[in-house]
Amino acid sequence: MTTNQALYQYCLRLGDTNLILGHRLSEMCSRGPMLEEDIALTNFALDHIGQAEALLQYAGKLEGKGRSEDDLSYLRNVEEFENFRLVEQPNTDFAYVIARQFLVDVYQCLLYQKMQKSTDETLAGMGSRFLKESTYHLRHTSGWMERLGLGTDESKRRIQQAISDLWQFTPEMLTAKSYEKELEAQGIIPDAEEIALDWLVQVVRVLSRSGLHKPQDVAVPPPISHSDHLVRMLAEMQYLQRTYPDARW
Amino acid sequence: MEKLHDFQRFIDAEEKIEPKDWMPDEYRAHNIRQISQHAHSEVIGMQPEGNWITRAPTLRAKKILLAKIQDEGGHGLYLYSAAETLGISRDEMIAQLHAGKAKYSSVFNYPTLNWADIGAIGWLVDGAAVTNQLSLRRTSYGPYSRAMLRICNEESFHQRQGYEIMLKMAKGTPEQKEMAQDALNRWWWPSLMMFGPHDNHSERSTKGMLWKIKRASNDELRQRFIDKTVPQAEFLGLTIPDPKLRWNEATGHYETSDINWEEFNQVIQGNGPCNKERMDHHKQVHAEGAWVREAAAAYAARQKEQLQEA
Amino acid sequence: MTSNHTDSQGPVWEVFTQKKSGAPYQHAGSVHAFDKEMALENARDLYTRRDKPSGLWVVPAAEIVAVDPGDAAPFFDPADDKVYRHPTFYEVPAGVENL
Ligand SMILES: [Fe+2]
Ligand SMILES: [Fe+2]
Repeated sequence: MTTNQALYQYCLRLGDTNLILGHRLSEMCSRGPMLEEDIALTNFALDHIGQAEALLQYAGKLEGKGRSEDDLSYLRNVEEFENFRLVEQPNTDFAYVIARQFLVDVYQCLLYQKMQKSTDETLAGMGSRFLKESTYHLRHTSGWMERLGLGTDESKRRIQQAISDLWQFTPEMLTAKSYEKELEAQGIIPDAEEIALDWLVQVVRVLSRSGLHKPQDVAVPPPISHSDHLVRMLAEMQYLQRTYPDARW
Repeated sequence: MEKLHDFQRFIDAEEKIEPKDWMPDEYRAHNIRQISQHAHSEVIGMQPEGNWITRAPTLRAKKILLAKIQDEGGHGLYLYSAAETLGISRDEMIAQLHAGKAKYSSVFNYPTLNWADIGAIGWLVDGAAVTNQLSLRRTSYGPYSRAMLRICNEESFHQRQGYEIMLKMAKGTPEQKEMAQDALNRWWWPSLMMFGPHDNHSERSTKGMLWKIKRASNDELRQRFIDKTVPQAEFLGLTIPDPKLRWNEATGHYETSDINWEEFNQVIQGNGPCNKERMDHHKQVHAEGAWVREAAAAYAARQKEQLQEA
Repeated sequence: MTSNHTDSQGPVWEVFTQKKSGAPYQHAGSVHAFDKEMALENARDLYTRRDKPSGLWVVPAAEIVAVDPGDAAPFFDPADDKVYRHPTFYEVPAGVENL
């Protein structure tokens, strides 16, 4: 695999993650627990879709086959999607939405912070642009972790449940793919192991501040495939482009 | 009586009434009814368009639609706040909505069947709404007028994004054009109904005008909307679904068939295609959010306690 | 079905924004929120979506003290007749500049 090909894969991984998370959040529009929070979640959706656009556009350029960010989003099949499994998990309740978002926010803040120093100018630029957005996201979700963790018995039970259920998907997010090693060595992308260590420290800090406990790490094998959830999501997302291939939107 | 006289003089001088000013009970009630109905319309209006967020055909379209619907939620909030200054809480307004005591615009009780509907809503529904809202910037109740000002500023892109979708569809493949025409066929009449029944001289509508809560009559606003929209439809190459539509040189206005008032009344009475669905959605989301709001309230109470102990 | 009696949307907060550094803070509107941080975040999302201000304040609406409109006349009237507070009260002789 050439450096270009590896970087293409990596941009897909980050781009798809933002795309799918943005989509999940967009499903929350008109479903927030109060209107103010509805608006906040839509902002997050907009930020992640914007990040996906930039990353997938760059991926398309690296690939060199003339595929746009829309082609990549709307015309790939499920097995070609590289997103973290964590972000395709459904919006089971508000606690899941917040827990999923929080786990990703901590990760993305660390990632983008380091990405700013990438030897690849495009990535470095995206890193500093995205960092501002993710920093705000984390502020918001950490606040909710605390409110739910220290709120009522019910909210505590729900947020603990969500964190525990989603925990199994975090190793996949934190583990570098084999093709990433070479990119790390060249200083193009941040060191995944460093991020993983910091991630755990920060997550645990917020969990304990919120009266929650870190779930047991169980040795789960990395997921071998996407979930049914993603298949269904893509069917909906890609419906128009697939049904009317000649149309221009 | 003296007070009422002064109140009227104040209004006639185009002064704004502010929350703590004296006002007749009926003025207060009229404003609460109108503003809360307006707020509910913005919020319920998020649903028909929200249906298509997850199916928006490009990333650009998805972002625009999300931002647009988010604005509508914001409009709901501005209006709830304006109504709250009159002494009703948001909880009460939501309870009234759920009990069917407060209405919302019946246009949101129609389904969105294809992507062109998203264009038609922005173009026609937002277009009709903004015609009304522009006139309401001059409404006599200060907080309502200020909310309208803010809303009108934000609305400026809503109609354009809708028209842009219509243009792409109308100039696209034959299938797309068909969808565009179909959307226009279904949304034209409900948009005209948004302005309400023909002007009558019921006591309520007379008072509304006398107190300058309403600044133009239903028919006046409807005509204004028709006159500016028909040429836009022509530009798209689409046909307005009204065989009697024609330009009247003498009056300088378009003439149309009359609205199907039977349909209008049915939808208002709750028998429209999506009334139940819209209400169920709102009630369900509200009920599902209760534990979150309770948690936030409990957390805030706990914070306050800690502050007092410290 | 309606909300149970402990349910609410939280108290009201008044929001003030500053357009740019040095400008006065102006009332933008209000939001509901349960705590200070939430009030700030809700205000940000509602009132700064389009233009980025340089400052944002939130104040619990219940803490605001206002003049009762009924008292407004005697409360504000005295300001009306202090004409000597305004520069136009003074006559500047012809030929004197920069005053
Ligand atoms: Fe609106
Ligand atoms: Fe609108």
